[in-house]
Amino acid sequence: MLDYDFMRAAFAAGGIVALVSGAVGYFLVLRGQSFAGHALSHVGFTGATGAVLIGAPPLWGLVVVTLAGGVGMGLLGARLAERDVAIGMVLSAALGLGLLFLHFFTAYATQATALLFGNVLGVDAPTLWTLLALGIASLAALAAIARPLLFASLQPELAEAKGVSLRLVGVLFLAVVALAVAECAQIVGVLLVFTLMVGPAATAQRLTTRLAPGVALAMILALGQAWAGIALAYWTDWPTSFWITALSGGLYLAASLRGRAR
Amino acid sequence: MTAVELSQVRLVLGGRTVLDAVDLDIAEGTFTGVLGPNGAGKTTLFRAILGLVPPAAGRIAVLGRPVTRGNAAVGYMPQHRAAAGGRLSGHDFVASAVHGHRWGLPFAGAAARREVARVLALVGASELARRPLADLSGGERQRLLLAQALLGRPRLLLLDEPLISLDPRHQRGVVELVRELQRELGLTVLFSAHELNPLLGALDRVLYLGGGHAALGTVAEVITGPVLSRLYGAHIDVVRLEGRIFVMSGDHEVERDDHRYHHHHA
Repeated sequence: MLDYDFMRAAFAAGGIVALVSGAVGYFLVLRGQSFAGHALSHVGFTGATGAVLIGAPPLWGLVVVTLAGGVGMGLLGARLAERDVAIGMVLSAALGLGLLFLHFFTAYATQATALLFGNVLGVDAPTLWTLLALGIASLAALAAIARPLLFASLQPELAEAKGVSLRLVGVLFLAVVALAVAECAQIVGVLLVFTLMVGPAATAQRLTTRLAPGVALAMILALGQAWAGIALAYWTDWPTSFWITALSGGLYLAASLRGRAR
Repeated sequence: MTAVELSQVRLVLGGRTVLDAVDLDIAEGTFTGVLGPNGAGKTTLFRAILGLVPPAAGRIAVLGRPVTRGNAAVGYMPQHRAAAGGRLSGHDFVASAVHGHRWGLPFAGAAARREVARVLALVGASELARRPLADLSGGERQRLLLAQALLGRPRLLLLDEPLISLDPRHQRGVVELVRELQRELGLTVLFSAHELNPLLGALDRVLYLGGGHAALGTVAEVITGPVLSRLYGAHIDVVRLEGRIFVMSGDHEVERDDHRYHHHHA
């Protein structure tokens, strides 16, 4: 199957996105912000449909709008208690706009499906390079903020007392999440971003209580799911996103049952 | 020497004056219990000493210097609440605070690992730190939080309600542990609590907050009808019974009744 260009591109794109999603997702789950990741992907749908309307590449629409959404969310809700409301407001406003764009967009039903459920087999060379550049940027940014991010997530009051700006760290992290979501939507679609960002991270946190092995495991699990999903899709001709979600859900279930049994 | 000095300090929280014209002098090397009804300003006072709440008036000095945020000589144990990261091991939870304000990757070097091992040993939590946070009891978790507060060898420890939601036996354990560490390491400890009695054998001084005022002194000096009546703005009787002290307003016990139902904020 690696004889085909589109398959090689799919494995490369899936691999890049999985590594980013696994690492970013670990902190997303640790902070209890899965809902923020979910909301950002819906916001991204608005960006992508909007970009197509004005004739721009949908990936760029995704990136620009999720980034704006992430920063906006971080600024609106620095405190935990406000977060749900802030996210809900951004989410509903963006979905409303997305609905409007979709209204003008009905002629391109296949493209809408690709945005919603992903289209890893349709990744072309320019998109692949964009994904690589975005992936490196988001992993580098995550590496730069990881230490204060972890401290602020686990012990916000103490972190604040030691000089960490909770708001700055929160905004920077949501910006990184936004980039990861935009990437992830390219592979599994905006509706299924959870499957690569939250699934492997949650499974990893069930399997190890250590930080560094946990992050590494989340990345490996995401990579395994993405690659196995693409391969299974090739052999069965079923959608890639279906296989990735099935693997993600199955692994999480198995890890939970194992935890329960002990 | 003075560990914490407040001169004519006014602290305002959300438009409400919590403490007004307070003068305080906490001597180094003492164990001070910080008491007072809900909303009297215990947490706000701690946040002011940490440099998180700038005083609306007056001056605060910590260990002889003007208060600054991020002072490494001040250790802080925030009030416990259900925190994120319950699946992480206690060890990694404690380690996250080592130089946690610096940018970069959070993986600890050899010196940081030694420091974490040192504070875990100090509170006797080396073994239990292997388990995930979510599997620990309240008392075990408090020990880890205490270990975290000891990172970087602070000289002043601010402990915000370490006894909250602990049963009497665990309360005693935490108080004894803090007292031992305080003596062994020569620390100054400010320990806030709902009730005076669990602290009675351990503390050198009581700092009682109420009605915007503060009273500092020995138990015999502060826990009296006249002093507490002024702080509560109501007639207070102090009843001493078999080595325990009950603060009564009319026929109800104020410390107990104040705090029985709401266990957060202060």
